[in-house]
Amino acid sequence: MSMKLSTRQVDGVAIVDCSGRITLGEGSVMLRDTVRDLLSKGTKKIILNLGDVNYIDSSGIGELVSAFTTTKNQGGELKLLHLTKKVHDLLQITKLYTVFDVKDDEAAAVKAFK
Amino acid sequence: MELQVSYTLDSTLETVDSAEQKATRFATDLGFGEDEVMQISMAVREGAVNAVLHGNGYAPDKKVILAFERTPNDLVITIRDQGRGIDLSRIPNPLAPENLLKTSGRGIFLMRSFMDVVEIRPSSTGTEVKLIKHVRGSSPGGKEASQ
Repeated sequence: MSMKLSTRQVDGVAIVDCSGRITLGEGSVMLRDTVRDLLSKGTKKIILNLGDVNYIDSSGIGELVSAFTTTKNQGGELKLLHLTKKVHDLLQITKLYTVFDVKDDEAAAVKAFK
Repeated sequence: MELQVSYTLDSTLETVDSAEQKATRFATDLGFGEDEVMQISMAVREGAVNAVLHGNGYAPDKKVILAFERTPNDLVITIRDQGRGIDLSRIPNPLAPENLLKTSGRGIFLMRSFMDVVEIRPSSTGTEVKLIKHVRGSSPGGKEASQ
């Protein structure tokens, strides 16, 4: 049920592998803390791998938006990778799909950073 | 299964998860398909979040009333809080360009996206949200034929 996060580095890009649920409470807080921690350490290229995220609520959507804008405001770039159908559909109906930079191939996503 | 059931829940985060799980169970037992169960449970979760956070403000003395009812044509879910009543005129459109990057304000929009009917009745003693999902045909998923 709960969310798990782990971060790895690939060619100077931090890839945060997320699994479980991004919902109000623990899941949202973990994601926020992880992104802020990366930014505080100077990591400006971040990919959130959502391939194993099976559920996200409006708070989780808000947390993705927050991660995106916080990273951008600090001169960084954040991309989303491997959206599940549920998350993809949610981003579509909330019109956020075109706001985020969404990728479905990890190597291409890493290369796409400026 | 019971066709009408009601719960009185505390204003806690656990209530949000519990409401979602109850909705999943009720909708599944009624024979709704996987996608519809997901939609119903997510709408209930969003309603419960609003009741616990924005309605009752986590106040320990305020409760959330969650009720499920299977009528001949609908699944009717009611979520009631004991807050001061939501001001509907102050709910922004989350799809407006100026609101797209806001980190909150999508709960009611998601409820309306996932349910067939959403009625919100604010009053000075709380807000009542009614979520309705039509039962397709006379027996959802063919499991209710005996009821």
